[in-house]
Amino acid sequence: MPAISESAMTGDRLAAGKRREVVARLAKYFFSYKWRVLTAFFLMLGSNAFALIGPWLSGLAVDAIALEGGVDFAAVSRCCALMAVFYVVSSAFSYVLSVLMIRLSQNIVRSMRQDVFDKILRLPVSLMDGMQAGDLINRISYDIDTVNASLSNDILQAATSVVTVAGAFVGMALASPVMLCVLLVTVPVAVVITVVRSRTVRPLFRKRSAKLAELNGFSEEMLSGLKTIKAYGEEPTVIEKFCAKNTDAVDAYYASDYYGSLIGPAVNFVNNLGMALISTAGAFLYLYGFVSPGGISSFLLYSRRFSGPINEYANIMGEIQSALAAAERVFRLLDSPEEAADAENAAELTDVRGAVAFEHVRFSYDGETEVIRDLSFSVSPGQTAAIVGPTGAGKTTLVNLMMRFYDPQEGRILLDGAPVGSYTRSSLRAAFTMVLQDTWLFEGTVFENIAYGKEGATRAEVERAAREAHVADFVGMLPAGYDTPVTDGGVNLSKGQRQLITIARAMLSPAKPLILDEATSNVDTRTELLIRDAMARLMRGRTCFVIAHRLTTVRNADLILVVKDGDVIERGTHGELLARGGFYKEIYAAQFE
Amino acid sequence: MKRIFSYLSPYKARIALGLFFKIAGTVAELVLPLIMSYMIDDVVPTGDILALSLWGGGMLLAAVVAFLGNVKANRMASRVARDTTERLRADLFCKTLSLSARQADEVTIPSLVSRLSSDTYNVHNMIGMMQRLGVRAPILLVGGVTLTFIVDPVLALVLLAVVPVITLIVVLVTRRGVSLYTRLQRSADGMVRKVRDDYSGIRVIKALSKGGYESASFRAVNEEVSRCETKANVTMGVTNPLLNAVLNLGMAAVIFIGAYRVADGRAMAGDIIAFTSYFSIILNAVISVGRIFVNMTKGSASARRIDGVLSLPAELAPLPDGAAERDENETIRFEHVSFSYGGAPALEDVSFSLGKGESLGIIGATGSGKSTLIALLLRFYDPSAGRVFLFGKDIRRYGNAELRKKFGVVFQSDFLMAASVRENIDFGRGLSDEAIVRAAEYAHADEFIRAHEGYDGALTARGANFSGGQKQRLLIARALAAEPEILVLDDSSSALDYRTDAALRKSVLTRLRGTSVVMIAQRISSVRFADKILVLEGGRVAGFGSDEELMRTCAVYRNIYASQHGGEGGEHACDQ
Repeated sequence: MPAISESAMTGDRLAAGKRREVVARLAKYFFSYKWRVLTAFFLMLGSNAFALIGPWLSGLAVDAIALEGGVDFAAVSRCCALMAVFYVVSSAFSYVLSVLMIRLSQNIVRSMRQDVFDKILRLPVSLMDGMQAGDLINRISYDIDTVNASLSNDILQAATSVVTVAGAFVGMALASPVMLCVLLVTVPVAVVITVVRSRTVRPLFRKRSAKLAELNGFSEEMLSGLKTIKAYGEEPTVIEKFCAKNTDAVDAYYASDYYGSLIGPAVNFVNNLGMALISTAGAFLYLYGFVSPGGISSFLLYSRRFSGPINEYANIMGEIQSALAAAERVFRLLDSPEEAADAENAAELTDVRGAVAFEHVRFSYDGETEVIRDLSFSVSPGQTAAIVGPTGAGKTTLVNLMMRFYDPQEGRILLDGAPVGSYTRSSLRAAFTMVLQDTWLFEGTVFENIAYGKEGATRAEVERAAREAHVADFVGMLPAGYDTPVTDGGVNLSKGQRQLITIARAMLSPAKPLILDEATSNVDTRTELLIRDAMARLMRGRTCFVIAHRLTTVRNADLILVVKDGDVIERGTHGELLARGGFYKEIYAAQFE
Repeated sequence: MKRIFSYLSPYKARIALGLFFKIAGTVAELVLPLIMSYMIDDVVPTGDILALSLWGGGMLLAAVVAFLGNVKANRMASRVARDTTERLRADLFCKTLSLSARQADEVTIPSLVSRLSSDTYNVHNMIGMMQRLGVRAPILLVGGVTLTFIVDPVLALVLLAVVPVITLIVVLVTRRGVSLYTRLQRSADGMVRKVRDDYSGIRVIKALSKGGYESASFRAVNEEVSRCETKANVTMGVTNPLLNAVLNLGMAAVIFIGAYRVADGRAMAGDIIAFTSYFSIILNAVISVGRIFVNMTKGSASARRIDGVLSLPAELAPLPDGAAERDENETIRFEHVSFSYGGAPALEDVSFSLGKGESLGIIGATGSGKSTLIALLLRFYDPSAGRVFLFGKDIRRYGNAELRKKFGVVFQSDFLMAASVRENIDFGRGLSDEAIVRAAEYAHADEFIRAHEGYDGALTARGANFSGGQKQRLLIARALAAEPEILVLDDSSSALDYRTDAALRKSVLTRLRGTSVVMIAQRISSVRFADKILVLEGGRVAGFGSDEELMRTCAVYRNIYASQHGGEGGEHACDQ
């Protein structure tokens, strides 16, 4: 084939390789249900075999009717009765089969969805920060749905087609070998059309999935900013952008349809062509006595059976293409790198004493701007260390590093004398209790959100923690008390109230080193005073890291680290630092300006 | 469904034309067996080879017509589906943006997200398929049945006897199917909710090592979706085998009775052959119907959900712009305003007014109604009692866009897009570069923006690549950029250190002279600059006046002051 350029060939081969890979992975999910697949296969064989006997019987019946000496009623009624029985059994089989396939594909997509979700939980925070929620939603819903539709319908149909086509072929061969030869002329044409067309259509389906995902990602993002968009009256701009993406998406859909919709009629055309040929040939053959009218009848029925599935196949080709494109997107997510595996000999961190040391830590999020330059400090067990400094100085980054959401480029972080990397991630993270600046509550009840801090927390424990954190003060105002659901719009809870709930959550969790990252930044100062005793009790005897800019909350710390531009510029106790009269004193004074 | 059809109505002509092509194509296909039967029964016995060849050629022609007609019709159908979906989806998005806050709370954001994505997709599929197969299949059915009448009316009647049975099956299954698919879509909302939730809480989940717990709770949602889907699909799956069985039984009956008619000389063997041939066309059509049937049912369940949003009444529509011209002597006035989100009242009988050019500080405990007050001021909700005035005019008399253009707002948990810094500050208002840079300078954001990647540097989703304090300053820059008449800052400096906070406040107050500032804060030091300070306590006004007045008259205010300044040691209590 000298006409085809080299690059086009390799490009196509690459795509084909990728597709094979996708198919192979789908097959792996499929064949983890060996027995069901096997049962399904036999049911399908049975159902089709019974259905194929039908035309043969009706051929016999027609012959019995067209007998020279009149109608053979006994034969006709026998054939008809048998037909009835076989068709009913075949239908029963096909129903059982479809139920089996639905359950099978449900099992598969359920485990795929779970895989995707678990994968999301295992993605490194750094990767997650670069993704959009809408993109993830799209994969777990639309993409997997598409795969599902294909698994439960198309595979069955495709497999049925193969069997039916084979069966019909045999049937035709028995009915009239000569006519079969005539029909066979058209088969290669149908095959070529299907293959060539689906090759054109494949990239179009890929584009269609991608465009739709883009649109859905956009609408999710905009809906999460609904309030702001309204406040700025920016609906027209957002709508304009939405419409552009919407047009792209429907155009991509149309493009795949435009070419895809050719396949069905084209294959049908070939079939009709075949029918014209057979009829003409059949008429001649009948004329010269090569074939009986019953023979023509069953042959035609078989040829319909033969062409029907091919036609169906052409119809479902499009769906299979879009399913493959969707599966590819799902697999791509499943293949994205996870948090690096724990070191091979990583230890479970069980009894944490709480000695933390940073040794010459250097870190940058993007590899360019250094957020932490050369940071060293150590905190003994039970001490409270406060980290203060201007915003953007890298305070929260310290937490990210300690919890191993990110790893430093240089230097070491030690916990109880061993590098944090020598512990398993989950045990390291479990060793700390955190209250973060971002007050995250999930969509459960207030009770569930507090109980999240401790496995199997009782009602009494939760209520005690709630009282200490002064959550109890406002829970009474909520429509259903502790059982009030926390909604995503968050209208029923203020940010400060949310933060109090996360504090209650921390109070419930067993004694461990504590990280308070602006833990009370959204709580008003009087409430803060109210919970101060409880906080002090919470902090007693534990190693604590307090990140705060409200300096009144850090003055009792054993060690205050003043961080600026990625370095610790001052360290000491509150008294020492004030006496020194440096940057700390300056920012301390600023709060009373 | 009715609404979806109304979306189709502008394309009536195109649909009709498509239908015409489809009918032409399909009829051509139906003619094929008719010709065939004629050839075998009438032409063959004459032995006329020329006629046979001509009829063969005729079949060929019919096949070509069928091909062209179907392709043309399919493409037209795709176009209609595209244009309809495009409009439907755009309208749904517009409607979603125009929902009142109360309505959006009620439908919930995850459900809106899935209505916009998977439900519109289902409808797109349905519209396309309805025209493509939904037209073809019934034509094949009706055509097939009609032709059987021409061949032998009595036999056709036998076949027709199964029609009521089929109709009954279809109606019953559809009715059940729509409600099952509706339930499925609702359970899918739960899945969207879970993914959104965990996406934003991933740090906490990891920190608390709750991966296992989250995975298990997703499993519950996942299983619910799966259960709903299995049930819906199994129910729908009944149709095809059942229709197949019924039709095939009908066919057996036709042959049986046909035998008697042939014996009586009222029918010919060729008729029965043609009959079986038509019959397989009918059967294939029924199989297609089974396929579109599932799509239709799913599509109409989705259409209902879309309709559910589209048919929500327009709330918060502006009242007719009556009397009361703009009164320059007052800025904001609340008159006996009460409001509740549905439970206990969030605001009760709040009254205050702000003179021309005055700034307002709002202070109060967590949950005392500070943010609610802002929501009412921006008319996200209407108060359940009382009225809110802006420049002397009831805010309900402003157009929504007109009202909100007066404000620059930063909310507590505000929204940054995955776009450039410039786009985030500009926020689609088409501001000049100078205005953007100036706003960033006022918000003390210019420095870190330049140290980062400049104004064209990109934010990741939710601005995750900026620190909490930096994000707040970007948001403040956005609020300042259009130099609004009123600047609302809802505790938007909580992540800023005191120095930055104080400097920012200073620059806002000195540079934006024409702007009234409304600032919610936790710290007295952040609001005491304001001409008037509103102290809220449990949704009621506990004090209103200047810092000085409140220190004299308001116990709650003094209390707050003490908690911030005299709480420990007290040596800085009057440190200025």
